[in-house]
Amino acid sequence: MNNSAGSTGRLLWAGLRALLVLTVLCGVLYPLAVTGIAQVAFPGKANGSEVTDASGRVVGSELIGQTYDLPLKEGEETAAPDLKWFQPRPSNGLGANSVNTQYSIILSGATNRSGDNADLIQWVKDAKAAVIKDNSTADHRVKPSDVPADAVTSSGSGLDPHISPEYAKLQVHRIAEVNKLDVKAVDKLVADHTDGRLLGFIGEPRVNVLQLNIALKQLVTAKG
Amino acid sequence: MSPVLAGVLQLLALLVALGLSYRPLGDHMARVYSSEKHLRVEKWIYKGIGANPSVQMRWPAYLRGVLGFSAVSVLFLYLLQRVQGSLPGSLGFVSIDPDQAFNTAASFVANTNWQSYYGEQAMGHVVQTGGLAVQNFLSAAVGMAVAVALVRGFARSRTGELGNFWSDLVRGTFRVLLPISVIGALVLVACGAIQNFSGIHEVGQFMGGTQQWNGGAVASQEVIKELGTNGGGYFNANSSHPFENPSGLSNLFEIYLILVIPFALTRTFGRMVGSLKQGYAILGTMATIWLGFTALMMWTEFAHHGPAFDIAGGAMEGKETRFGIGGSSIFAVATTLTSTGAVNSFHSSYTGFGGGITMLGMQLGEIAPGGVGSGLYGMLIMAVIAVFVAGLMVGRTPEYLGRKIGTREITFAACYILITPALVLGFTAVAMALDTPADSMTNSGAHGFSEILYAYTSGANNNGSAFAGLNADTQWFNSTIGIAMLLGRFLPMVFVLALAGSLAEQTPVPQTAGTLRTEKPLFTGLLVGTILIITGLTYFPALALGPLAEGLAA
Repeated sequence: MNNSAGSTGRLLWAGLRALLVLTVLCGVLYPLAVTGIAQVAFPGKANGSEVTDASGRVVGSELIGQTYDLPLKEGEETAAPDLKWFQPRPSNGLGANSVNTQYSIILSGATNRSGDNADLIQWVKDAKAAVIKDNSTADHRVKPSDVPADAVTSSGSGLDPHISPEYAKLQVHRIAEVNKLDVKAVDKLVADHTDGRLLGFIGEPRVNVLQLNIALKQLVTAKG
Repeated sequence: MSPVLAGVLQLLALLVALGLSYRPLGDHMARVYSSEKHLRVEKWIYKGIGANPSVQMRWPAYLRGVLGFSAVSVLFLYLLQRVQGSLPGSLGFVSIDPDQAFNTAASFVANTNWQSYYGEQAMGHVVQTGGLAVQNFLSAAVGMAVAVALVRGFARSRTGELGNFWSDLVRGTFRVLLPISVIGALVLVACGAIQNFSGIHEVGQFMGGTQQWNGGAVASQEVIKELGTNGGGYFNANSSHPFENPSGLSNLFEIYLILVIPFALTRTFGRMVGSLKQGYAILGTMATIWLGFTALMMWTEFAHHGPAFDIAGGAMEGKETRFGIGGSSIFAVATTLTSTGAVNSFHSSYTGFGGGITMLGMQLGEIAPGGVGSGLYGMLIMAVIAVFVAGLMVGRTPEYLGRKIGTREITFAACYILITPALVLGFTAVAMALDTPADSMTNSGAHGFSEILYAYTSGANNNGSAFAGLNADTQWFNSTIGIAMLLGRFLPMVFVLALAGSLAEQTPVPQTAGTLRTEKPLFTGLLVGTILIITGLTYFPALALGPLAEGLAA
């Protein structure tokens, strides 16, 4: 009995020593080494791909989606979109910090609603109606079949920085009208900010909404 | 180019990349686990452990090493979370509650990485980088060690000696996982994944004001999370978060990392048992199932049947623009046919059949190609079963790789394949019979049932992905899923090592004209059939109530 308790003790002691040694290797030396190299070789990317506008102010990350809304009015639960700017995908799955309330970190996440879920069906319907209404102008009517799926669904992270080129093109007439710009000029802006698939097949074609809005702001400012 | 064609080409590119690394990595691992030499650094490590790496262990000693090391790991990770609030470098996050800390500790040591916490708002640098990420390495190395021990059981005769656990653990970590991780982490940073220790800080926004970020050692954790088929995200959104998986290229690279070791281990197996063809037969089985599942998944997701998807015009709910349907479907299959459980899109919002495919993938036992190590030993157990079935058909004593599959061997194999179904179906039934667990569901009807079935399937099979509508941070789910993860990981290892010990003691029987040729395509076909039939018979009733009901209604 004594002998077996002793051997179990020796085993656990060896296990603990192994864990501590390997923790130093994999949990201290490895991440520090990778961080060191990354900070020297790719400082911009390692620190979150921050983007500056024309004035040099940091306006966010190339990789993290933002909202482009009007200030919240009294009595409103959710802010209305600012139609001057290109709009991102819905993000119904984003949460707020519920664990440590001293912070206001955005909690990334998806809606996790199934295809037959009543909430999701309603969200998609409402989003589709809103996209059609917001983007139809005096001389341009948006048809329901024009609205791409990404315009009415939330992404997995809720932080999708991109929209599909179809959704960007759909917003061109509205953007031109609200900002009193030439439709062709806005068309060109979208085309210039459309990224294709890498090597023609990796990933999907997309438009970075933040980059597009920064360029749009410049266009509006230049026009006076 | 159509999205479907682009998806197929990405799959082909993946095949090429996996094909190119198959030989060098498989042979490298065979050398690592066969070499007599210890590197100087490793000698220092053995000195630190106080273990003699050259002592050969029989199966009980090897098992004691596995269980002892893992028990200490669970306890250490539990305590680390319990005292997080008092540790420096924790970003002001509080200590984790006992039930959640137990669940998380069990989860990461069992190579599951089920997460009932929200990464970015619960875990600081010390727990993430010094605790959770470390287990991403070590739980994977333990899995590989057990697989190698089983392979040695087939390769050795008249000895019963299976190698040295400490040496296998250290070598797997130091010579296989670490070098690939260093390179892979830098590739991910080059794509845009973050790697810093900035903690919680403010960043300006386009419309004015600021947003709050949590910066940490993300890339270095992301790479081993995929390579070690762990799956626990730094952020709540896991690999759909742009800081974890920033582009189409990083997405493809992460899928490659998930699959590369499990596939290459079949080469290691072939090398160590002295017949590469035996390894190819296993590889063929894994690849057949993987490609079949991927094709089915792409078909159902592109076809997007389901009321909400019909209105939207595509199944993009829970999927990122940069990955699209193709890149998301390939990832979803890779992560559920291995024990990874990382997600780049949310399985709960897949079509009914798509969700069913992710569940069935896990229920196969995660063997195509499966987790690092666990995929190979799980598949070899199925091979033993297939040989046994074939033996019954022709009335001969079954043999595999020159080893007789007698009463003892088939008992161990049968026990192995009974454990996870018993855990999954038992816990699901109890949860459904009780009043409160159903309160955690987000969706109702068939999909609500699927949320709970998925949770126990994922836990007991050590996957860790979720139909994440389920609020799993309750004492019931934290405790029961925690238990399912530990039993689902370590009980099967007991039977694997017992089987290995029994095989290594045997005297090989010579091959005769009547021997079943297990290196031939016919055997691959038999093996695929055996796997699908056993899993189908076990889980069909449960699947019919969940994803099949949902898919057929759409």
